[in-house]
Amino acid sequence: MDYKKLLSKFGWPLLLVALAALPLAGLVGPGFSSHVLITVLLTAAMAQAWNLIGGYGGQVSFGHSVFFGIGAYGAAFAVCVGKTSPWPGMIVGAVLAAVTAVIVSYPCFKLKGHYFAIATFAVVEIFNRVFMIWDWVGGAVGLDYTILEDGWRNFTWSVDKRGYYLGALVLFALVFTITRVIERSRFGYYLRAVREGQETAESLGVNSTGVKLTAMALSAFLAALCGAFFAQYNFRVDPPMVMSLDMSMKFVLVAILGGIGTFWGPLLGALVLIPLQEYSRAYLAKLGSGVDLIIFGLIIILMMVYQPGGILGILTGSRKRQARLRARLAAEGGAK
Amino acid sequence: MSLFFQVILDGLWAGLLYGLIAAGLSLIWGVMDVLNFAHGDFLMVGMYVSFFLGFLFKADPLVSWVASGIFLFLFGMLTYKLVISRILGKAMAPLLATFGLSMMVKNLVLNRFSPNFRILESTILEGRSFMVGDVIVPLPQFVTSLFALAVLGLLYWMLTRTRFGWAVQATALDGEAARLMGVNTEKIFLLVFGIGGACVGIAGGLLPSYLATHPDVGTLFSLIAFMIVAMGGFGSVPGALVAAVMVGLIESLAGFYIGPVYKYIAVFGIYLVVILIRPKGLFGW
Repeated sequence: MDYKKLLSKFGWPLLLVALAALPLAGLVGPGFSSHVLITVLLTAAMAQAWNLIGGYGGQVSFGHSVFFGIGAYGAAFAVCVGKTSPWPGMIVGAVLAAVTAVIVSYPCFKLKGHYFAIATFAVVEIFNRVFMIWDWVGGAVGLDYTILEDGWRNFTWSVDKRGYYLGALVLFALVFTITRVIERSRFGYYLRAVREGQETAESLGVNSTGVKLTAMALSAFLAALCGAFFAQYNFRVDPPMVMSLDMSMKFVLVAILGGIGTFWGPLLGALVLIPLQEYSRAYLAKLGSGVDLIIFGLIIILMMVYQPGGILGILTGSRKRQARLRARLAAEGGAK
Repeated sequence: MSLFFQVILDGLWAGLLYGLIAAGLSLIWGVMDVLNFAHGDFLMVGMYVSFFLGFLFKADPLVSWVASGIFLFLFGMLTYKLVISRILGKAMAPLLATFGLSMMVKNLVLNRFSPNFRILESTILEGRSFMVGDVIVPLPQFVTSLFALAVLGLLYWMLTRTRFGWAVQATALDGEAARLMGVNTEKIFLLVFGIGGACVGIAGGLLPSYLATHPDVGTLFSLIAFMIVAMGGFGSVPGALVAAVMVGLIESLAGFYIGPVYKYIAVFGIYLVVILIRPKGLFGW
């Protein structure tokens, strides 16, 4: 049997079943490894949300922390100011993020390359500074959660992380399934056509602005849901934590280091980078502050220099090399 | 009325400082289409060089800018050799690689020298000022502004009046054609990255005479430098100067007349308006 065909057909559902079985096997609990697992799923979902517009759509946005932050503030606002369940806040936050994305992106899509990138930097800085001085949402102090009852209604679990794990898994499944559906739909082909050549796509009747804006709105909506989860998981939000260039970079880096514009790239990126970062933060702390980030920075440089195709590029690249080697051996064997 | 002139002049000093910091970035961006995300960290490294020369050997920033300029010249060439030269022309790769470099350098400095703010005591310029009418002109800022004009002028002269500058411009316009005409573009790129580093190194060398040195000092400066270069237009030195003064004036006026917390919101907001009206910048083509 052709394992590639099998993988592309059943790989994704099988992975979900396996991940859903982990808590049943007793592998998810209050420990640090569960925290790493939850962070991997959340980061993979974030990077995949970014990948929709950044990878498939080719619009390298450094502004996704704005949408992430709006989602986080939505949930936190419902809990801390509204004194209710975070759910309505999550939904309102995600819708607001999508609306913001359309309003901000419509003019910015006129810009190309570095000009687009710098404009998105500026958008992040403006939102960051506005939230810093906006007292209604806590200003520079941010919003701190009070103690809530555990359970799905409050989306809060104080010790056991199983609930968060399932929440992260649902989010992860949602984002990746949407991506898979889009990837194989007419809209997905339009999106990639716009990335490869906007003028050509337009000449064939594709409404490029509409396609890009739809992808951006969807991407922002999903990023905001990730933000809401992040707020619920950390019990607090403040502007530098959720709306900063560093947070934006996380979206971009995980997707690019995994493999930009591919379905598995964001998951691979998160699987490699997050454990590396979390464990080096935990175990290298005795070397002084910032050691984990020094290593992280070095890995980014090395990956960019030696493997711009990302981790997925390493895997498929070596497979291609093997195939080439096998073909050469076969040819030499035939010559004898 | 004199208060208004005071605010304008303060904006002018800030703007010229931004111009000095943005000069190197503008050059690198214009010649090789690379956005050096670690630019602010180059500035920070320059400030540490100058600070430690002052702290250990009692050298004044008015002297040690030479040392930090040379240091950053070498640092820039090293960055080009080890990182940029291998990924030149690959869309976003240089930006992300220099982001990694920025993260590494910033945290290395944090790890070695602690996050403490360091202030150089008893420098020559410290606390000095003179009066023009009833407007106060602080000497450290004034001297830095003179340096900014000198460095930008020198850069402009070099690019437009020397053989090396013509080769740089030819490389920027069409690297392939320049190579065919016998220009060693690899050497040009190397030197341009070095000179870009040296410009920001000079800025970093002067700054400790009125600004505290700490690992995160470059972050905001580099964002402002990005905006200035984008607003001035692709690699245009006069454009960068005009945009820098504009940013300084907006910052100062908004900070005084609206409120200090609004000054960067105004700066980034006006930047967005300008760039959306002129997507290639004020002097871009």
